[in-house]
Amino acid sequence: MSGIVQPGRLTEASKDAAIAALIAFALAAPLLGLKTVAATQGLELVQRWHLVAAAVAIVFTGRLLLRLLVWRTRRPGVEATAPQSAGRALASLGKATGPAFLLLALVWPLLPTTDRYLLDLGVLVLTYVLLAWGLNIVVGLAGLLDLGYVAFYAVGAYSYALLAQHLGWSFWVCLPIAGILTALWGIVLGFPVLRLRGDYLAIVTLAFGEIIRLILINWYEFTGGPDGISGIPRPSFFGIPFTDEDQGFAAVFGLDYSPMHRIVFLYYLVLALALVTLVVTIRLRRLPVGRAWEALREDEIACRSLGINTRNTKLTAFAIGAMFGGFAGAFFATRQGFISPESFVFAESALILAIVVLGGLGSQLGIVVAALLMIGGIEMLRNITWLKAVFGPDFDPALYRMLLFGLIMVTIMVWRPRGLISTRLPTIALADRKRIGAQLVGQGRG
Amino acid sequence: MSAEAILTVEHLTMRFGGVVAVDDFSFQAAREAITALIGPNGAGKTTVFNCITGFYRPSEGMLTLRQRDGRTHLLERLPEHEIARWARVARTFQNIRAFGGMTLLENLMVAQHNPLMRASWWTVGGLLGLRSFRVAERAAVDRARYWLEKVGLLARADEPSASLPYGAQRRLEIARAMCSEPELLCLDEPAAGLNARESAELTALLDDIRRQHRVSILLVEHDMSVVMEISDHVVVLDYGEKIADGPPQQVKNDPRVIAAYLGVSDEEVDEVEHALEQGAPQ
Repeated sequence: MSGIVQPGRLTEASKDAAIAALIAFALAAPLLGLKTVAATQGLELVQRWHLVAAAVAIVFTGRLLLRLLVWRTRRPGVEATAPQSAGRALASLGKATGPAFLLLALVWPLLPTTDRYLLDLGVLVLTYVLLAWGLNIVVGLAGLLDLGYVAFYAVGAYSYALLAQHLGWSFWVCLPIAGILTALWGIVLGFPVLRLRGDYLAIVTLAFGEIIRLILINWYEFTGGPDGISGIPRPSFFGIPFTDEDQGFAAVFGLDYSPMHRIVFLYYLVLALALVTLVVTIRLRRLPVGRAWEALREDEIACRSLGINTRNTKLTAFAIGAMFGGFAGAFFATRQGFISPESFVFAESALILAIVVLGGLGSQLGIVVAALLMIGGIEMLRNITWLKAVFGPDFDPALYRMLLFGLIMVTIMVWRPRGLISTRLPTIALADRKRIGAQLVGQGRG
Repeated sequence: MSAEAILTVEHLTMRFGGVVAVDDFSFQAAREAITALIGPNGAGKTTVFNCITGFYRPSEGMLTLRQRDGRTHLLERLPEHEIARWARVARTFQNIRAFGGMTLLENLMVAQHNPLMRASWWTVGGLLGLRSFRVAERAAVDRARYWLEKVGLLARADEPSASLPYGAQRRLEIARAMCSEPELLCLDEPAAGLNARESAELTALLDDIRRQHRVSILLVEHDMSVVMEISDHVVVLDYGEKIADGPPQQVKNDPRVIAAYLGVSDEEVDEVEHALEQGAPQ
């Protein structure tokens, strides 16, 4: 400790810490202090006040130390929001980070350290990157808050599963059809919500997501209801199946059979889909339709005064965003081989939206970082074995996933309220393109 | 008004519930002239404006826009984006509505949305990198550059428009409206919040737009110096009704206009009312 702490500061800091401790007490008393255990005569209440005392003590000392040593300013929190320099640094880092991530993604399956588990994790992260990039078109570019995005994921998955199962078409035929069908559903959702803004739009899209899920559950004859669809055809390498038969992938290419081949193929498949999404989105932004989306986010009335048909522009955003969700759904179906409405609950929508918001609305690179953090990082928790040494052998870090999830969200939102990369890169320039600060860019109200 | 009228407003009435904002209002705006719509606060000027540009649907009345090639459009039947697109009426807003997070150049590119959309084959050709689209885009950038230079903002083309000072944002809005190649340019209080020098620049710019680009201008304005200097024709509204219509000099000396708009001292009120009773019995 520095030792030189003015007495005024000390009282102020301890007052602040006491308030924090009080809040901690209010939270911890019912949550930690009281526990119900099953006894012979119904439930019994066990009181654990020592835990409450520990929690309050940790909060008090922690807050006090933070006030005295870390937060030098009078009001913590105010200065803690969005340091400009950090944003600039992240943005300028972007020039090198993008290609670095791409290179890593390309060689990921070839790295000697990558086992089956890490490869599966890569596939999972990339699926969410693909989904988030699709949602980014609707939320990030056009500024339309969509809480039911998972519906398009579901439509894509079921389109692929049903087409492949009943008609026996190959993945490469079903994929574009699933995309087109999902885009149509995007338009179907788009029409009724065109007149809605902000919160109202969010509620209707949320309802749409639930309606799709309920239809999937209840239309038993068509979708299999809660049983889902199993035995969805697995992907083949352009017609060559991944089996250990004579016609199998390994035999044809003269390799030893390994179940990894299929996973590697799936990995590159989703990577290719994600890259297509990325390239198309980048190009769309520079086309009149992409600029109209962003203009719509900035000011819808001005758009109309310039002769832009805002209805059609919104519909294209919904349709194209939905289409990428459909691709992700088709991929999900072929990877899993089994789908059910369980996979398309609201929490998925929330997770995808969280990735978009944390990444920074409209930022492709930010979304990759957020997806790595939210999906990969949290999944990696399972592997942290040393925590068992600290908390005892019964400790399962995976159980604390949601807690950590919330912690990451709060931290990022306090540190960077507009997401990891919140600056906007202009789509066209006479001289050179300078990034535009987040405070100037509109967020859209739907 | 010898020249042919580009815009004819007949019996325009706009009611909001029980409030009659504009009552049986008729006037004409001549082609390639500057017509000013003035009146005290709450007289219904902006309401008329919003009816012409399609942001309100009038309760009654007919708004006819006659284009240079002879085609006519009934504005009261078109939604606002079609008024901008097909009738070629562009507008600016009283409270500036630039796309703040987009650069000046991007603002002007958005204004050329429809021709660019066509050139990009409704996005498909643009995605494939069609050459004809790239040519069209280059032409659009050139037009944007031309208008940025015209309003003196070329040096800041790559900056976000929200970073511009107020007067410059107003000029940007005019440049953006002009990029959509209008035949009629509607300006809602273009001189509001401008200093004397900026007002003079605006006057010169509007005069140039009218003469060199042969665009008709309709403006709502408070700043009398601007109105009197550049308008060919002035229409005065008060409480939703037309009280004067004519060249600026004539309107300026109209006792009803003086009473309603420019304000008079208490003694003069009686005098004017007396004059009114004599001149225009109700």
